[in-house]
Amino acid sequence: MKINWFKYSSPATFYTLAGRLIPWFAAVAALLTLAGLYWGFFETPDRLGGSNPQKEYYRIIFLHVPAAWLSMWLYVVLAGWSAVGLVFNTRLSYMMAVATAPTGAIFTFIALWTGSFWGRTSWGTWWDWDPRLTSELILLFLYIGYMALHSAIDDVRRADRSSALLALVGLVCIPIIFWSINCPDPNQCAALHQRSSLDRIDPNILWAMLVTTLGLWAYSFAVVFARARGVILTREAEAQWVRDLIAAEAKA
Amino acid sequence: MSEFFSQGGYAFFVWSAYGMGLALLVAEMLLLRRERRTILARLGRLARLRNLDR
Repeated sequence: MKINWFKYSSPATFYTLAGRLIPWFAAVAALLTLAGLYWGFFETPDRLGGSNPQKEYYRIIFLHVPAAWLSMWLYVVLAGWSAVGLVFNTRLSYMMAVATAPTGAIFTFIALWTGSFWGRTSWGTWWDWDPRLTSELILLFLYIGYMALHSAIDDVRRADRSSALLALVGLVCIPIIFWSINCPDPNQCAALHQRSSLDRIDPNILWAMLVTTLGLWAYSFAVVFARARGVILTREAEAQWVRDLIAAEAKA
Repeated sequence: MSEFFSQGGYAFFVWSAYGMGLALLVAEMLLLRRERRTILARLGRLARLRNLDR
């Protein structure tokens, strides 16, 4: 089957498609997030032993890890749309990039905030200039920088291109965040942040975390699509299809 | 149930973390809804202005 992907790069087509998809993503988001959190709070041990003993406060993990994963993933999405925009000069790609950034920034902030409360209980400190925490903080500044640069330039096309370039340069932060705790030799990682241990984790904890991640990913789709629809309406205000849409809305 | 809310005495930490997450996601959704209404209202005014010109 051959799909004409460029058909969906038309803002008018995407506006309608996104409008139809948003309720589904919202429903999946609510269902999976609640299911994942229920699993995480009620089907897991209260305390964990091992080399890094944890009490009930470890349950912050079910928001902390999904938020942190999404903060990195949404940045890759932002940079991806920016790259597509720069290469193909498609309007919709830039609109998607603009729509993705605020949600990515929110998840980055949630990852830092929840990590801080976990750090206070687990390590005895709210903050440390550890490689993982510091690079995640820089990611937050990159998101804020992207949005600030975009809103500082009046000409939308220039704003799109300049901030897309910033997004691509900032992409270097993603492998740094990843390797800040996943370096091959543990002694080379002078990190307070615990290393990733997905292979040794209690399956209940792992699955609760994965299901919540899928839920929040669906949430991201819903809000990014909703924001993109707003951007499309604003930018295409003079297009005939938007005029027809508003006229139909006025009659209704 | 109270056992659930006390989280073994770590209620402040666990619920501060989840509370901020919930607050930000709800705020994001409310802001998006308000933004959409604002845009539609502005485009509606624009359309009425165009009709006056004719």
